[in-house]
Amino acid sequence: MTESILEVRDLVKYYPVTRGIVFKKTIGHVQAVDGVSFDLHKGETLGVVGESGCGKSTLAKVLMHLEKPTSGGVTFNGQDIYKLGAGGLRRLRRNIQLVMQDPYTSLNPRMTVGDLIGEPFEIHPEVAPKASRRQKVQELLEVVGLNPEHINRYPHQFSGGQRQRIGIARALALRPEIIVCDEPVSALDVSIQAQVMNLLEKLQDEFGLSYIFIAHDLSVVRHLADRVAVMYLGKIVELGSEEQIYERPTHPYTQALLSAVPVPDPNSRHNKAIIRLTGDVPSPTNPPSGCRFRTRCWKAEEVCAREVPLLELRSGSDHPSACHFAEKREIVVSHEAGELTELPTRTL
Amino acid sequence: MSNVYVADKPSAAREGRPSGRLLEVEDLRVEFRTRDGVAKVINGVTYHVDAGETLAVLGESGSGKSVTAQTIMGILDTPPGFVTGGEIRFHGKDMLTMSAEERRRIRGEGIAMVFQDALSALNPVFTVGFQIAEQFRVRRGMSRRDAKKRAAEMLDQVKIPNAKQRVNEYPHQFSGGMRQRVMIAMSLALDPEVLIADEPTTALDVTVQAQIMDLLGELQRERQMGLILITHDLGVVADVADRIAVMYAGRIVEEAGVYELYAKPAHPYTIGLLESIPRIDEKGQQLRTIRGLPPSLLRIPTGCPFHPRCPMAQPVCAEKVPPLLQLGSTRASACHFAEELVKRD
Repeated sequence: MTESILEVRDLVKYYPVTRGIVFKKTIGHVQAVDGVSFDLHKGETLGVVGESGCGKSTLAKVLMHLEKPTSGGVTFNGQDIYKLGAGGLRRLRRNIQLVMQDPYTSLNPRMTVGDLIGEPFEIHPEVAPKASRRQKVQELLEVVGLNPEHINRYPHQFSGGQRQRIGIARALALRPEIIVCDEPVSALDVSIQAQVMNLLEKLQDEFGLSYIFIAHDLSVVRHLADRVAVMYLGKIVELGSEEQIYERPTHPYTQALLSAVPVPDPNSRHNKAIIRLTGDVPSPTNPPSGCRFRTRCWKAEEVCAREVPLLELRSGSDHPSACHFAEKREIVVSHEAGELTELPTRTL
Repeated sequence: MSNVYVADKPSAAREGRPSGRLLEVEDLRVEFRTRDGVAKVINGVTYHVDAGETLAVLGESGSGKSVTAQTIMGILDTPPGFVTGGEIRFHGKDMLTMSAEERRRIRGEGIAMVFQDALSALNPVFTVGFQIAEQFRVRRGMSRRDAKKRAAEMLDQVKIPNAKQRVNEYPHQFSGGMRQRVMIAMSLALDPEVLIADEPTTALDVTVQAQIMDLLGELQRERQMGLILITHDLGVVADVADRIAVMYAGRIVEEAGVYELYAKPAHPYTIGLLESIPRIDEKGQQLRTIRGLPPSLLRIPTGCPFHPRCPMAQPVCAEKVPPLLQLGSTRASACHFAEELVKRD
């Protein structure tokens, strides 16, 4: 196994919920990220999937050091990033960059493309001396597949896909080792989405980048990721290689999630095994006791309400899963015939 | 719950409903007159939907799929939008030449619509019960009390738990999936014959999307509604559609049954779309892409609007607009080389 470049240990991020204006009183916490641990290896893509409100984007913010965690740590190349001083943090930012979801709001409309992509060099002048900046920006435009002559244009003159390329060029400017991509293609049309995904793959090969790829689209993540972490209500419920997660999922939530993704092939509609979850994701302010998935789970028993299942290797499986009753289920996204699973919902 | 209801659909199912084509759109043309010029948003769209049938209208943003729906509903913003030609026939009668009053009567009872973003489509200052009941009061002349009771029944039909209590709640008290259920309840209140669902699940998570699509399918079968599903999601389409119309730059470029279309697309744009999506059921190699960008509707390319991006383009494609021609009895394609595409292995 290749070396770890980023080690995340027991990362917790709670946001206080307050009441009152003058005498603010904390009445609870939104448990956005609650005890997340994983390693990112050099040159790999770690996919993070989950539904809205599961803490994916908070995780990105905390990893980027845009927010301080409530507890836990992240080690980059052997250094705890939350213990860095101002200078150390600035050096760190050169190495971890972020590509944001919405290419329409993440680019300042009053700056030209040249200014947008060149701005990182203003903050880190040691990377490129002033005289060479314009040329550097043009090189970057070329790398991401935009016309270098468009350096003086403004963001509104570009389409969504092109803007996302500008965002990627800006993230690449300082030659980072890690890029955190937070839903980079979800705002794009199908035909454009493929172009941006191919670009991200090409750049990874060219520059040896490691990606943390956050998305809600399981098909997109399967295409790009080497390893995948599945999140539910602030916790990782299953972690494994792309193949382990998609072909041999053991956590009921992963199985339900995969089963809900429509396959673009009408022939699969007759013989797909379908697991249908009932209800919605509970509020992260007041998550269920024990296993957080138990309120929607068809396997839930009394132990699930009592004990928090740890993310660990379970018998009969080759990757960690946070379920007391983890077991393999073959039929999830395959085209083989399967019966519809009836889901008796139990109240505990 | 496999969707086997597809095959035995058309004739037997239409009991109690008038027969024949329910809704037909023919050669519809819409333009937007903007400061920058005239944007030809819809350039001759023709499609129809029958009772009990699901027609999926597939296209990327700017292809005109939503504007077509707005024009059918009569909620197109005018100005800037103007209908410049074509007909929209409901039970054979052209809606575009009807009086506003006649048209209003069709809305809700004949044709209803579910919008993408339920939060902005619902009024935040009224309870959901009031908003659903309003239709019964205005259109059916019911008393406040009866209307509210009916509203609760509607919520129950779309499987909202505790419908009797929740009827008194406001939209913000519902989750995204529940809000979409409220939208569906509202659109079905007057028992419409055609339901237009404009990206009904795009804003929802996959597990909730699956619930909503199941619900829509179930209600459609019960009521034998014609369903026009507007979407960009090739996965959802494969799951629920009977027929598909693919739109590009304000035109239908291909129309076919769902099995035919996925097995053997007859337009290069459809081929490109199907090749460019990552799939959940297999780990692919590099994705094929459609080169370039969708055209600006202010400057639609001459000839075939897809030709600048088409890998098969020939000189003729830049000169002549390919008409949507029948290929056999069940499908049509607007490509000069459609026949060759269908014959290939």
